[in-house]
Amino acid sequence: MRFLRILLALAVIGAGIGWWLSAPRVIEAADLPAHDPDAGHGEQVFHAAGCASCHAAQDATGAARLILSGGRAFASDFGTFYAPNISTDAEHGIGDWSEADFLTAIRHGVSPEGQHYYPAFPYTTYARAGIADLRDLWAYMQTLPADATPSRAHDVGFPFSIRRALGGWKLLFAGDDWVLRGADLSPQVLRGRYLVEALGHCGECHTPRNALGGLDQSNWLAGAPNPTGDGRIPAITPDQLGWSASDIANYLNDGFTPEFDSAGGEMVEVIANTSQLPSADREAIAAYLRALPGG
Amino acid sequence: MRLISRSLLVAAAMTLPLAATVQGQSDSPYQSHLKARQGFMSIVSFNIATLGGMARGNIAYDAEAAQTAADNIAAIAGVDTSPFWPEGSDNGALGDRTRALPVIWENPEGFGEAWTGFRTAATGMAEVAGGGLAALRGGIGPLGNSCGNCHEDFRQSID
Repeated sequence: MRFLRILLALAVIGAGIGWWLSAPRVIEAADLPAHDPDAGHGEQVFHAAGCASCHAAQDATGAARLILSGGRAFASDFGTFYAPNISTDAEHGIGDWSEADFLTAIRHGVSPEGQHYYPAFPYTTYARAGIADLRDLWAYMQTLPADATPSRAHDVGFPFSIRRALGGWKLLFAGDDWVLRGADLSPQVLRGRYLVEALGHCGECHTPRNALGGLDQSNWLAGAPNPTGDGRIPAITPDQLGWSASDIANYLNDGFTPEFDSAGGEMVEVIANTSQLPSADREAIAAYLRALPGG
Repeated sequence: MRLISRSLLVAAAMTLPLAATVQGQSDSPYQSHLKARQGFMSIVSFNIATLGGMARGNIAYDAEAAQTAADNIAAIAGVDTSPFWPEGSDNGALGDRTRALPVIWENPEGFGEAWTGFRTAATGMAEVAGGGLAALRGGIGPLGNSCGNCHEDFRQSID
Protein backbone atom coordinates (compact mmCIF):
# COMPACT_ATOMS: atom_id res chain seq x y z
CA MET A 1 0.00 0.00 0.00
CA ARG A 2 2.73 2.33 1.02
CA PHE A 3 4.71 1.17 -2.03
CA LEU A 4 1.75 2.03 -4.26
CA ARG A 5 1.49 5.45 -2.74
CA ILE A 6 5.16 6.12 -3.46
CA LEU A 7 4.74 4.86 -6.99
CA LEU A 8 1.76 7.15 -7.49
CA ALA A 9 3.73 10.09 -6.10
CA LEU A 10 6.62 9.33 -8.46
CA ALA A 11 4.22 9.09 -11.41
CA VAL A 12 2.73 12.46 -10.55
CA ILE A 13 6.20 14.00 -10.24
CA GLY A 14 7.27 12.37 -13.51
CA ALA A 15 4.22 13.70 -15.31
CA GLY A 16 4.88 17.13 -13.84
CA ILE A 17 8.48 17.11 -15.05
CA GLY A 18 7.33 15.89 -18.47
CA TRP A 19 4.76 18.68 -18.63
CA TRP A 20 7.37 21.22 -17.61
CA LEU A 21 9.95 19.85 -20.11
CA SER A 22 7.44 19.87 -22.95
CA ALA A 23 6.49 23.48 -22.29
CA PRO A 24 6.86 25.76 -25.32
CA ARG A 25 9.83 28.17 -25.38
CA VAL A 26 9.10 31.80 -26.14
CA ILE A 27 11.12 34.83 -27.27
CA GLU A 28 9.95 38.03 -25.54
CA ALA A 29 10.08 41.44 -27.19
CA ALA A 30 11.88 42.77 -24.10
CA ASP A 31 14.75 40.32 -24.71
CA LEU A 32 15.49 41.72 -28.17
CA PRO A 33 18.26 44.30 -28.63
CA ALA A 34 17.73 47.43 -30.70
CA HIS A 35 17.77 46.62 -34.40
CA ASP A 36 17.52 48.72 -37.55
CA PRO A 37 15.62 46.39 -39.88
CA ASP A 38 16.83 45.99 -43.46
CA ALA A 39 13.96 44.66 -45.60
CA GLY A 40 16.23 44.42 -48.65
CA HIS A 41 18.50 42.03 -46.82
CA GLY A 42 15.38 40.29 -45.52
CA GLU A 43 14.40 39.55 -49.11
CA GLN A 44 17.67 37.63 -49.53
CA VAL A 45 16.92 35.71 -46.33
CA PHE A 46 13.43 35.00 -47.68
CA HIS A 47 14.86 33.38 -50.82
CA ALA A 48 17.63 31.56 -48.96
CA ALA A 49 15.14 30.14 -46.46
CA GLY A 50 12.79 29.00 -49.25
CA CYS A 51 9.64 30.41 -47.61
CA ALA A 52 7.69 30.66 -50.88
CA SER A 53 8.33 27.02 -51.79
CA CYS A 54 5.85 25.94 -49.12
CA HIS A 55 3.74 29.00 -48.36
CA ALA A 56 2.97 30.28 -51.87
CA ALA A 57 0.04 28.63 -53.66
CA GLN A 58 0.70 25.43 -55.58
CA ASP A 59 2.36 26.08 -58.95
CA ALA A 60 2.67 29.83 -58.27
CA THR A 61 5.42 31.41 -60.35
CA GLY A 62 6.95 34.87 -60.61
CA ALA A 63 5.34 37.57 -58.48
CA ALA A 64 2.62 35.13 -57.35
CA ARG A 65 5.29 33.38 -55.27
CA LEU A 66 5.19 36.40 -52.96
CA ILE A 67 1.53 35.80 -52.07
CA LEU A 68 1.97 33.54 -49.06
CA SER A 69 -1.58 32.18 -49.00
CA GLY A 70 -0.53 28.63 -48.09
CA GLY A 71 -2.51 25.52 -48.92
CA ARG A 72 0.13 23.17 -50.30
CA ALA A 73 -0.19 19.60 -49.00
CA PHE A 74 2.76 17.67 -47.55
CA ALA A 75 2.27 13.95 -47.15
CA SER A 76 4.21 12.20 -44.38
CA ASP A 77 4.16 9.00 -42.34
CA PHE A 78 2.25 10.88 -39.66
CA GLY A 79 -0.49 12.44 -41.77
CA THR A 80 -0.89 15.23 -44.32
CA PHE A 81 0.22 18.72 -43.38
CA TYR A 82 -1.07 21.86 -45.11
CA ALA A 83 1.09 24.96 -45.29
CA PRO A 84 -0.74 27.80 -43.51
CA ASN A 85 -1.38 31.30 -44.77
CA ILE A 86 1.53 33.48 -43.56
CA SER A 87 0.61 36.55 -45.59
CA THR A 88 0.07 39.92 -43.92
CA ASP A 89 -3.69 39.34 -43.70
CA ALA A 90 -4.63 40.04 -40.06
CA GLU A 91 -7.39 37.43 -39.90
CA HIS A 92 -6.16 34.52 -42.02
CA GLY A 93 -2.46 35.26 -42.19
CA ILE A 94 0.01 36.51 -39.59
CA GLY A 95 -0.70 40.21 -40.00
CA ASP A 96 -1.65 40.51 -36.33
CA TRP A 97 1.59 38.96 -35.05
CA SER A 98 4.34 40.83 -33.25
CA GLU A 99 7.97 40.48 -34.27
CA ALA A 100 8.58 38.43 -31.11
CA ASP A 101 5.69 36.10 -32.09
CA PHE A 102 7.36 35.58 -35.45
CA LEU A 103 10.80 34.91 -33.96
CA THR A 104 9.30 32.46 -31.47
CA ALA A 105 7.50 30.62 -34.26
CA ILE A 106 10.46 30.37 -36.56
CA ARG A 107 13.19 29.61 -34.00
CA HIS A 108 11.25 27.50 -31.49
CA GLY A 109 8.27 26.23 -33.48
CA VAL A 110 5.74 27.75 -31.07
CA SER A 111 2.60 29.67 -32.05
CA PRO A 112 1.51 32.97 -30.43
CA GLU A 113 -1.09 30.87 -28.57
CA GLY A 114 1.73 28.81 -27.05
CA GLN A 115 1.09 25.70 -29.14
CA HIS A 116 3.87 23.56 -30.62
CA TYR A 117 4.02 23.50 -34.42
CA TYR A 118 4.55 20.25 -36.26
CA PRO A 119 8.10 19.99 -37.61
CA ALA A 120 6.85 19.94 -41.20
CA PHE A 121 7.62 23.62 -40.55
CA PRO A 122 11.44 23.33 -40.53
CA TYR A 123 12.03 25.28 -37.31
CA THR A 124 14.64 22.73 -36.24
CA THR A 125 16.67 24.13 -39.16
CA TYR A 126 15.74 27.77 -38.58
CA ALA A 127 16.79 27.44 -34.91
CA ARG A 128 20.36 27.93 -36.23
CA ALA A 129 19.49 31.14 -38.09
CA GLY A 130 20.75 34.49 -36.83
CA ILE A 131 18.20 36.64 -34.99
CA ALA A 132 19.24 39.74 -36.98
CA ASP A 133 18.61 37.88 -40.28
CA LEU A 134 15.18 36.76 -39.05
CA ARG A 135 14.29 40.28 -37.95
CA ASP A 136 15.19 41.53 -41.44
CA LEU A 137 13.08 38.72 -42.87
CA TRP A 138 10.17 39.85 -40.71
CA ALA A 139 10.62 43.41 -42.00
CA TYR A 140 10.58 42.15 -45.59
CA MET A 141 7.49 40.03 -45.04
CA GLN A 142 5.63 43.16 -43.88
CA THR A 143 6.01 44.45 -47.45
CA LEU A 144 4.28 41.41 -49.02
CA PRO A 145 0.58 41.37 -49.96
CA ALA A 146 -2.25 40.21 -47.71
CA ASP A 147 -4.35 37.26 -48.83
CA ALA A 148 -7.61 36.16 -47.21
CA THR A 149 -7.40 32.43 -47.99
CA PRO A 150 -8.17 30.52 -44.75
CA SER A 151 -5.50 28.10 -43.54
CA ARG A 152 -6.47 24.45 -43.79
CA ALA A 153 -6.29 22.21 -40.71
CA HIS A 154 -3.68 19.43 -40.82
CA ASP A 155 -4.95 15.91 -41.35
CA VAL A 156 -3.08 14.14 -38.55
CA GLY A 157 -4.48 11.22 -36.54
CA PHE A 158 -4.05 10.19 -32.90
CA PRO A 159 -1.55 10.09 -31.18
CA PHE A 160 0.30 12.59 -33.37
CA SER A 161 -2.60 14.97 -32.93
CA ILE A 162 -1.47 15.61 -29.31
CA ARG A 163 0.55 18.75 -29.85
CA ARG A 164 1.98 18.85 -26.34
CA ALA A 165 3.86 15.63 -27.15
CA LEU A 166 5.85 17.64 -29.71
CA GLY A 167 7.58 19.26 -26.75
CA GLY A 168 9.15 15.87 -26.05
CA TRP A 169 9.96 15.46 -29.71
CA LYS A 170 11.78 18.79 -29.65
CA LEU A 171 13.82 17.68 -26.62
CA LEU A 172 14.96 14.67 -28.61
CA PHE A 173 15.55 16.20 -32.02
CA ALA A 174 15.71 20.00 -31.88
CA GLY A 175 18.95 21.81 -31.18
CA ASP A 176 21.05 24.52 -32.72
CA ASP A 177 24.34 22.58 -33.00
CA TRP A 178 25.91 22.55 -36.44
CA VAL A 179 26.12 19.22 -38.24
CA LEU A 180 29.38 19.91 -40.10
CA ARG A 181 31.92 20.94 -37.50
CA GLY A 182 35.64 21.54 -37.63
CA ALA A 183 38.20 24.16 -36.73
CA ASP A 184 39.55 24.37 -40.27
CA LEU A 185 36.36 25.29 -42.15
CA SER A 186 36.95 28.20 -44.55
CA PRO A 187 34.79 31.36 -44.41
CA GLN A 188 33.16 30.23 -47.66
CA VAL A 189 32.29 26.80 -46.22
CA LEU A 190 30.98 28.46 -43.06
CA ARG A 191 28.73 30.69 -45.16
CA GLY A 192 27.59 27.60 -47.08
CA ARG A 193 26.94 25.79 -43.82
CA TYR A 194 24.74 28.66 -42.67
CA LEU A 195 22.83 28.65 -45.96
CA VAL A 196 22.35 24.85 -45.95
CA GLU A 197 21.93 24.07 -42.25
CA ALA A 198 20.22 27.23 -40.96
CA LEU A 199 18.19 28.66 -43.87
CA GLY A 200 17.99 26.38 -46.91
CA HIS A 201 16.82 23.31 -44.94
CA CYS A 202 18.26 20.93 -47.56
CA GLY A 203 18.52 18.25 -44.87
CA GLU A 204 14.76 18.17 -44.35
CA CYS A 205 14.40 16.21 -47.59
CA HIS A 206 17.90 14.91 -48.38
CA THR A 207 18.57 13.38 -44.92
CA PRO A 208 16.72 10.21 -43.85
CA ARG A 209 14.51 10.27 -40.76
CA ASN A 210 14.18 7.83 -37.88
CA ALA A 211 10.92 6.16 -36.81
CA LEU A 212 9.88 9.28 -34.88
CA GLY A 213 10.58 11.63 -37.77
CA GLY A 214 13.85 13.03 -36.40
CA LEU A 215 16.67 13.62 -38.88
CA ASP A 216 19.36 10.92 -38.83
CA GLN A 217 22.40 13.18 -38.68
CA SER A 218 24.79 10.23 -39.08
CA ASN A 219 23.46 10.03 -42.64
CA TRP A 220 23.48 13.77 -43.26
CA LEU A 221 22.37 14.62 -46.82
CA ALA A 222 22.88 10.97 -47.79
CA GLY A 223 19.51 10.63 -49.54
CA ALA A 224 16.12 9.52 -48.23
CA PRO A 225 12.81 8.00 -49.29
CA ASN A 226 10.48 10.51 -50.92
CA PRO A 227 7.61 11.14 -48.48
CA THR A 228 5.32 12.21 -51.31
CA GLY A 229 5.36 8.81 -52.98
CA ASP A 230 7.73 6.38 -54.61
CA GLY A 231 11.21 7.27 -55.71
CA ARG A 232 14.02 8.61 -53.56
CA ILE A 233 15.43 12.01 -52.71
CA PRO A 234 19.02 11.71 -53.95
CA ALA A 235 22.17 11.83 -51.87
CA ILE A 236 24.10 15.08 -52.30
CA THR A 237 27.27 14.03 -50.47
CA PRO A 238 30.42 14.43 -52.62
CA ASP A 239 30.98 10.69 -53.13
CA GLN A 240 27.37 10.05 -54.16
CA LEU A 241 26.71 13.18 -56.23
CA GLY A 242 30.07 13.36 -57.96
CA TRP A 243 29.58 16.95 -59.16
CA SER A 244 32.24 19.66 -59.00
CA ALA A 245 31.63 22.83 -56.99
CA SER A 246 30.93 24.76 -60.19
CA ASP A 247 28.52 22.04 -61.37
CA ILE A 248 26.55 22.49 -58.14
CA ALA A 249 26.62 26.30 -58.19
CA ASN A 250 25.51 26.37 -61.83
CA TYR A 251 22.71 23.86 -61.18
CA LEU A 252 21.39 26.07 -58.38
CA ASN A 253 21.38 28.97 -60.84
CA ASP A 254 20.17 27.61 -64.20
CA GLY A 255 18.60 24.30 -63.13
CA PHE A 256 20.68 22.11 -65.43
CA THR A 257 22.63 19.05 -64.36
CA PRO A 258 26.20 18.64 -65.70
CA GLU A 259 24.66 16.58 -68.54
CA PHE A 260 22.14 19.37 -69.25
CA ASP A 261 19.18 17.40 -68.09
CA SER A 262 16.85 19.71 -66.20
CA ALA A 263 15.91 19.75 -62.54
CA GLY A 264 12.56 18.18 -61.79
CA GLY A 265 10.21 17.54 -58.91
CA GLU A 266 10.58 19.67 -55.78
CA MET A 267 14.02 20.90 -56.86
CA VAL A 268 12.35 23.16 -59.41
CA GLU A 269 10.93 25.15 -56.48
CA VAL A 270 14.29 25.16 -54.75
CA ILE A 271 16.03 26.55 -57.83
CA ALA A 272 13.37 29.25 -58.12
CA ASN A 273 14.80 30.41 -54.75
CA THR A 274 18.52 29.74 -55.17
CA SER A 275 18.59 31.39 -58.61
CA GLN A 276 17.72 34.66 -56.83
CA LEU A 277 20.67 34.51 -54.44
CA PRO A 278 23.99 36.26 -55.09
CA SER A 279 26.32 33.94 -57.01
CA ALA A 280 28.72 33.99 -54.04
CA ASP A 281 26.01 32.29 -51.95
CA ARG A 282 25.47 29.55 -54.54
CA GLU A 283 29.23 29.02 -54.63
CA ALA A 284 29.26 28.85 -50.82
CA ILE A 285 26.55 26.16 -50.82
CA ALA A 286 28.61 24.22 -53.37
CA ALA A 287 31.78 24.60 -51.28
CA TYR A 288 29.91 23.32 -48.21
CA LEU A 289 28.56 20.27 -50.04
CA ARG A 290 32.05 19.50 -51.37
CA ALA A 291 33.42 19.81 -47.81
CA LEU A 292 31.11 17.09 -46.44
CA PRO A 293 32.64 13.72 -45.56
CA GLY A 294 33.21 11.59 -48.66
CA GLY A 295 34.75 14.43 -50.67
CA MET B 1 24.84 -18.83 -104.80
CA ARG B 2 21.27 -19.86 -105.14
CA LEU B 3 21.62 -21.97 -102.02
CA ILE B 4 22.92 -19.00 -100.08
CA SER B 5 20.16 -16.66 -101.15
CA ARG B 6 17.57 -19.30 -100.37
CA SER B 7 19.08 -19.75 -96.93
CA LEU B 8 19.01 -16.05 -96.42
CA LEU B 9 15.40 -15.92 -97.47
CA VAL B 10 14.51 -18.71 -95.07
CA ALA B 11 16.47 -17.05 -92.30
CA ALA B 12 14.75 -13.77 -93.02
CA ALA B 13 11.37 -15.48 -93.05
CA MET B 14 12.13 -17.08 -89.71
CA THR B 15 12.86 -13.72 -88.15
CA LEU B 16 9.57 -12.30 -89.42
CA PRO B 17 7.46 -13.40 -86.46
CA LEU B 18 10.08 -11.87 -84.19
CA ALA B 19 9.98 -8.61 -86.12
CA ALA B 20 6.21 -8.65 -86.01
CA THR B 21 6.36 -9.12 -82.26
CA VAL B 22 8.56 -6.06 -81.87
CA GLN B 23 6.30 -4.06 -84.15
CA GLY B 24 3.25 -5.29 -82.26
CA GLN B 25 5.05 -4.44 -79.03
CA SER B 26 3.54 -7.33 -77.15
CA ASP B 27 6.77 -7.99 -75.27
CA SER B 28 7.57 -4.39 -74.37
CA PRO B 29 4.52 -2.23 -74.96
CA TYR B 30 5.01 1.27 -76.30
CA GLN B 31 8.72 0.67 -76.89
CA SER B 32 8.75 2.85 -80.02
CA HIS B 33 6.82 5.61 -78.27
CA LEU B 34 9.27 5.66 -75.38
CA LYS B 35 12.19 5.76 -77.80
CA ALA B 36 10.60 8.65 -79.68
CA ARG B 37 10.04 10.62 -76.46
CA GLN B 38 13.48 9.92 -75.09
CA GLY B 39 15.10 10.65 -78.44
CA PHE B 40 13.24 13.94 -78.54
CA MET B 41 14.55 14.86 -75.10
CA SER B 42 18.10 13.83 -76.08
CA ILE B 43 18.04 16.18 -79.05
CA VAL B 44 16.83 19.05 -76.87
CA SER B 45 19.44 18.28 -74.21
CA PHE B 46 22.24 18.02 -76.80
CA ASN B 47 21.51 21.53 -78.04
CA ILE B 48 20.94 22.99 -74.58
CA ALA B 49 24.39 21.70 -73.66
CA THR B 50 25.80 24.10 -76.27
CA LEU B 51 23.75 27.08 -75.08
CA GLY B 52 24.09 26.29 -71.37
CA GLY B 53 27.81 25.64 -71.71
CA MET B 54 28.25 29.10 -73.26
CA ALA B 55 26.00 30.77 -70.68
CA ARG B 56 27.99 29.15 -67.87
CA GLY B 57 31.27 30.23 -69.45
CA ASN B 58 32.45 26.64 -69.85
CA ILE B 59 32.77 27.03 -73.61
CA ALA B 60 33.55 30.17 -75.58
CA TYR B 61 30.59 32.03 -77.03
CA ASP B 62 30.20 31.43 -80.76
CA ALA B 63 27.26 33.23 -82.38
CA GLU B 64 26.87 30.76 -85.23
CA ALA B 65 26.98 27.65 -83.04
CA ALA B 66 24.60 29.27 -80.54
CA GLN B 67 22.15 30.17 -83.30
CA THR B 68 22.26 26.66 -84.74
CA ALA B 69 21.58 25.09 -81.35
CA ALA B 70 18.74 27.50 -80.62
CA ASP B 71 17.21 26.97 -84.07
CA ASN B 72 17.37 23.22 -83.56
CA ILE B 73 15.54 23.49 -80.25
CA ALA B 74 12.92 25.82 -81.71
CA ALA B 75 12.40 23.46 -84.64
CA ILE B 76 11.96 20.36 -82.53
CA ALA B 77 9.79 22.27 -80.06
CA GLY B 78 7.42 22.83 -83.00
CA VAL B 79 6.97 19.11 -83.58
CA ASP B 80 3.51 17.78 -82.69
CA THR B 81 4.52 15.07 -80.22
CA SER B 82 0.99 14.05 -79.29
CA PRO B 83 1.31 10.65 -81.05
CA PHE B 84 4.26 9.88 -78.75
CA TRP B 85 2.03 9.96 -75.66
CA PRO B 86 -0.65 7.25 -75.85
CA GLU B 87 -2.69 6.75 -72.71
CA GLY B 88 -1.25 3.91 -70.63
CA SER B 89 2.37 4.70 -71.43
CA ASP B 90 3.08 6.09 -67.94
CA ASN B 91 5.49 4.81 -65.32
CA GLY B 92 2.62 3.38 -63.28
CA ALA B 93 1.90 0.97 -66.11
CA LEU B 94 5.39 0.54 -67.53
CA GLY B 95 7.61 0.86 -64.45
CA ASP B 96 11.21 1.96 -64.77
CA ARG B 97 11.13 2.12 -68.56
CA THR B 98 9.69 5.62 -68.43
CA ARG B 99 9.53 8.53 -65.99
CA ALA B 100 6.31 9.88 -67.50
CA LEU B 101 3.86 10.27 -64.61
CA PRO B 102 0.17 9.29 -64.91
CA VAL B 103 -0.76 12.92 -64.15
CA ILE B 104 0.12 13.71 -67.80
CA TRP B 105 -3.12 11.99 -68.80
CA GLU B 106 -5.07 13.14 -65.74
CA ASN B 107 -4.23 16.78 -66.41
CA PRO B 108 -3.82 17.11 -70.18
CA GLU B 109 -4.51 20.86 -70.04
CA GLY B 110 -1.66 21.40 -67.61
CA PHE B 111 0.63 19.21 -69.68
CA GLY B 112 -0.33 21.14 -72.82
CA GLU B 113 0.33 24.45 -71.09
CA ALA B 114 3.76 23.29 -69.96
CA TRP B 115 4.50 22.20 -73.51
CA THR B 116 3.39 25.57 -74.88
CA GLY B 117 5.68 27.23 -72.35
CA PHE B 118 8.59 25.26 -73.76
CA ARG B 119 7.70 26.34 -77.33
CA THR B 120 7.52 29.98 -76.29
CA ALA B 121 10.86 29.86 -74.49
CA ALA B 122 12.49 27.99 -77.38
CA THR B 123 11.26 30.59 -79.86
CA GLY B 124 12.48 33.36 -77.57
CA MET B 125 15.93 31.77 -77.37
CA ALA B 126 16.14 31.42 -81.15
CA GLU B 127 15.51 35.17 -81.44
CA VAL B 128 18.42 36.11 -79.18
CA ALA B 129 21.01 33.30 -79.17
CA GLY B 130 23.08 34.72 -82.03
CA GLY B 131 22.99 38.25 -80.65
CA GLY B 132 25.79 38.02 -78.12
CA LEU B 133 26.55 36.28 -74.86
CA ALA B 134 24.47 38.64 -72.70
CA ALA B 135 21.41 38.05 -74.89
CA LEU B 136 21.95 34.29 -74.76
CA ARG B 137 22.21 34.44 -70.97
CA GLY B 138 18.91 36.30 -70.91
CA GLY B 139 17.23 33.51 -72.84
CA ILE B 140 18.64 30.54 -70.93
CA GLY B 141 16.71 31.30 -67.73
CA PRO B 142 13.24 31.15 -69.32
CA LEU B 143 14.26 28.10 -71.36
CA GLY B 144 15.50 26.26 -68.28
CA ASN B 145 12.36 27.28 -66.38
CA SER B 146 10.17 25.83 -69.11
CA CYS B 147 12.01 22.48 -68.80
CA GLY B 148 11.63 22.57 -65.02
CA ASN B 149 7.98 23.63 -65.06
CA CYS B 150 7.06 20.47 -66.92
CA HIS B 151 9.48 18.14 -65.13
CA GLU B 152 8.30 19.43 -61.75
CA ASP B 153 4.83 17.96 -62.09
CA PHE B 154 4.93 15.49 -64.95
CA ARG B 155 8.22 13.59 -64.64
CA GLN B 156 9.17 11.16 -61.91
CA SER B 157 12.15 12.34 -59.87
CA ILE B 158 15.00 9.89 -59.55
CA ASP B 159 18.25 9.66 -57.67
